[in-house]
Formats: sequence, C-alpha cells, structure tokens
Amino acid sequence: MIKVNDLHKSFSGEEILKGIDTEFIQGKTNLIIGQSGAGKTVFLKCLLGLILPTDGTIEYDGKAYSTLNKEQQRELRKKMGMVFQGSALFDSMSVAENVMFPLKMFTKQRKEQRMERVREVLDRVDLLKVDNKFPSEISGGMQKRVAIARAIVNKPQYLFCDEPNSGLDPKTAILIDNLIHEITKENNITTVINTHDMNSVLEIGENIVFLKDGRLEWQGDKSIIYKTDNESLTSFVYSSDLFQKVRKAQLQGL
Amino acid sequence: MRYLHDIGEYFIMLKDIFRRMTKPSVLKTLIFKEVDDLIINSMGIVIFISFFIGGVVTIQTALNLNNPLIPKSLIGFTARQSIILEFAPTFISIIMAGKVGSYITSSIGTMRVTEQIDALEVMGINSLNYLVLPKIVAMLLYPFVISIAMFVGIGGAYMAGVMGGFVASDQFLEGLQNDFIPFHLAYAFIKSFIFALILATVPSYHGYYMKGGALEVGQASTTSFVWTSVILIIANYILTQLLLS
Ligand SMILES: Nc1ncnc2c1ncn2[C@@H]1O[C@H](COP(=O)(O)OP(=O)(O)O)[C@@H](O)[C@H]1O
Ligand SMILES: [Mg+2]
Repeated sequence: MIKVNDLHKSFSGEEILKGIDTEFIQGKTNLIIGQSGAGKTVFLKCLLGLILPTDGTIEYDGKAYSTLNKEQQRELRKKMGMVFQGSALFDSMSVAENVMFPLKMFTKQRKEQRMERVREVLDRVDLLKVDNKFPSEISGGMQKRVAIARAIVNKPQYLFCDEPNSGLDPKTAILIDNLIHEITKENNITTVINTHDMNSVLEIGENIVFLKDGRLEWQGDKSIIYKTDNESLTSFVYSSDLFQKVRKAQLQGL
Repeated sequence: MRYLHDIGEYFIMLKDIFRRMTKPSVLKTLIFKEVDDLIINSMGIVIFISFFIGGVVTIQTALNLNNPLIPKSLIGFTARQSIILEFAPTFISIIMAGKVGSYITSSIGTMRVTEQIDALEVMGINSLNYLVLPKIVAMLLYPFVISIAMFVGIGGAYMAGVMGGFVASDQFLEGLQNDFIPFHLAYAFIKSFIFALILATVPSYHGYYMKGGALEVGQASTTSFVWTSVILIIANYILTQLLLS
C-alpha cells in the first residue's frame, strides 16, 4: 500500500500538484486519471522517487521515503518496477538483455539463474520467440510487453505504468491492460497506472484517482463511477457520445 | 545569467559522474563499446584528413618558398612543426567535435527524451556514471589517435613534397629532424589529453540536460558542436599561452 499525504510539487514557482491525499491499495490496479497536463506523470514520478516533492510525504507500507537513508532508499527502489510511456527500452540491447538488465544490476545471481528468470517472464508476456530481436525490430505492443517484463523481472512490490496503452490499437491496448491486471493479481502487487483511456477505466479501474488542476477531484472504483454527479469527472470519463450511451445504460442497470 | 547557470550545472555534472559507481563488470563492457564507437570508428576520418592536410601544408610551404637562399629542408621543418603543434591536436579535435561530439549528444539526448535515462535512475543506477564515465575512460586513448594523426600527417607531407617534386627526399628528412624540441611533443599530448576530456564531457552535458523531443535532439547536437568547438579553441589558446610562452 502506498499512502500519499498532502503532496505538493512546483516547478520554478508554478505549482503542478497542489496538495494530494490518497492511498493506493495492494493487489489492486490503482488508476490515476486526468486530462493531458493534469500532472499524472509528475505524480507518478514522485511516487517513484524520480522527482522530489516540494512538500508532503509518501509512505510505502508505512515507511516514509523521506525518512529513509540512502541505502534504504536503494532497497526500496529495488522493489519498484516501472513501465514508461514510450516503453523506454534500451535500444542498444536485445529484448532478453533489456529484461535481464535489472537482474544484472541488482542481484548477484549467476548467468544461468538470470537467464531462467528472463525466460520465465518473457514466457509470461508471451514473447519468448523474439528474445534476440532489438526493440526497433518489434511492434509497439510487443515493446510494451517487453517493458512490462523488464518491470516485473525483479519481482517488484510496486508497479508503476505511465499510460501503458497510449499509441496502441484498441485491441492491443486491452490486452496490455489485462496483462497488467493479471500480473497485479498473481503477485499481489500495488500497481499504479496513469491513463486517460476510458476503456481502461471501465475495465480495470479498481481504485480510481481523478486529478484535475493538480488536485484530487474524485476517488472510487469502476462500479460507482457512472453514478457520480461530479461534473468534471463525468464530462471527462464520458466525453464521447458513445460513452454517454454507455453511462445511460449503466444507470439503467443494463 | 543563463551561461553562468550552464557552467555551474556542467561542473556539478562532473562531480555527480563519480557519485555512485556502476558495477565494474558492467562498466567494463560499456568502456569497450565506447572505445569502439568513439576511438576505432574515428580512425578512418582522422587518417584521411591528416594525410591530406599534411600534403597541403607542404605544397603551400613549397610554393611560398621562392628565395633560393632559404634551404628546401625548411619544407620538412615547417610540416613537422605545424602538424605536431596545431594540425594534429587542434584541427583534428575540431573535426572530432563534429563526429564524436554530435554522436555523444544525440545518443544521450535520445535516451533522455525517450525516458531511458529515467529508466536507469528507477533501477537505482547513477545514469551519469553509467553513460558518461565510460566515454571519459575511452577518450583517454585519444592522445593515441592524435599520435597516429601526426604520423600520417607527416607521411602525407613527405609524399606530397617528394612525389610532387617540391623537395628531395633527403632534404625533407633533414628538415624533419632540424631543431627538434621534445617538449613540443609533450605540449601536443597535454593538449590532446585536455581536449579529450572536453570532447567527452561537453557533448554529454548537452545531451543529458536537454529537454523536448526528436527535433530538439538535432538542435542539441548542433549547439553542442558549436560550444565544444568554442571551448576547444579557448582551451587551446590558454594552454599554448601557459605551456609555450
Ligand atoms: N520537469 C519539469 N519541469 C517543468 N515543468 C514540468 C516538468 N515536468 C512536467 N512539467 C509540467 O507539469 C505539467 C503536468 O505535466 P504531466 O505530469 O506530464 O502531465 P500528464 O502526464 O498528466 O499529461 C505540465 O504543464 C508540464 O509542463
Ligand atoms: Mg503523462
């Protein structure tokens, strides 16, 4: 579980996050939603410790990041996996090398042990057959799956995904969403996903945090989101005609 | 103001490179790769340019030497002095600012804009150490590149002078050995060493701290080339003043 208390972040005087209090639950796919520029990536990078908050605290299973010493912070980092928006695979390394990389940096395992774990996770994301290809030689959806494999290879407790299905076709997007959802359940991870994709919200949104203008505007799960009377949320989630019809149907209990 | 900020940031970067070291086994692989990319892959262009510049220097000197009282051996002497003192270390370094410099800026810049640097940091890796230190270590071989440039340059000078019929072989070789001051070689290698550090770190700075997307990577490479050249030229002036006068 990750607990966020009064999180603020400013860049050169401009406040992007204006005091956020929330919790992300273990074993659930927690979603951060909001328009482009709402501060989702900044929020996620604060959770990762890549950006230092201007104010506020973040607790990982009861331990506040700011109270840890350098060594403890490093230990905590080892328990985090991250799937970046553009996958951020190392283009000079093959698929297998990309996935092996965190093991190489973090563990003292022997080569055979590492190889075995790499094959295991590549098999999990169904990519064993492209292990020798380079990132530029595989499709965007495959790159995302490699990024997921790399993020989970070290068995993280916390998994962060920045718009994991942006730039993918709808079918692949759903596949990626489901993959992350299943992995979360299988390993009982605290997963936090940034998204503005309504399919994801309605499919895998178990704990949805809606950001607007740097503040938490609404929080709940997919089963109650259609009942909300929060206007900015409904206009954001049900922005298209199609989704408005979906909402009507949901409200009528269909 | 902006420049002061950049200069400060550059020196903080230099310090941070050594903050936390990458695993030696990983670092070793990275260094070999950089030696290949930065040093080996540059040999072709360095040899090509040195050879022809050596030739041109000789022809120019020969054509301007009309006075029969001045011995022809001066052609060899001039070739040696200009190649060792300036053409090999400085001229080649400016070329390298274009070749190696823009390669470094664009490769690190691409990693920045595609969040590969963030990915390294998430894994608890000191990305500056991981990316820049292997380049600095590889560039320690740069004086070796410059010595090859000297040899080839002088070879080019000999070919152009002797085969072009401007000077007899023994006269050229005599000039080559006239009044040789060993410290000039030391001066050239000290320069090459400092230039190597500039060539490795200034383009890295421009790549590492860039913002934006693919277009900005291109712009960063250009800016990096301009600044690296300017800094090389200024460093050259200062070093010459300090070491030779
Ligand atoms: N490193 C930074 N420096 C300055 N401003 C930033 C930085 N990172 C993000 N911002 C600003 O923060 C705002 C939110 O950005 P971001 O979190 O990327 O939005 P989202 O991911 O929700 O689309 C944007 O206005 C962006 O310009
Ligand atoms: Mg974003």
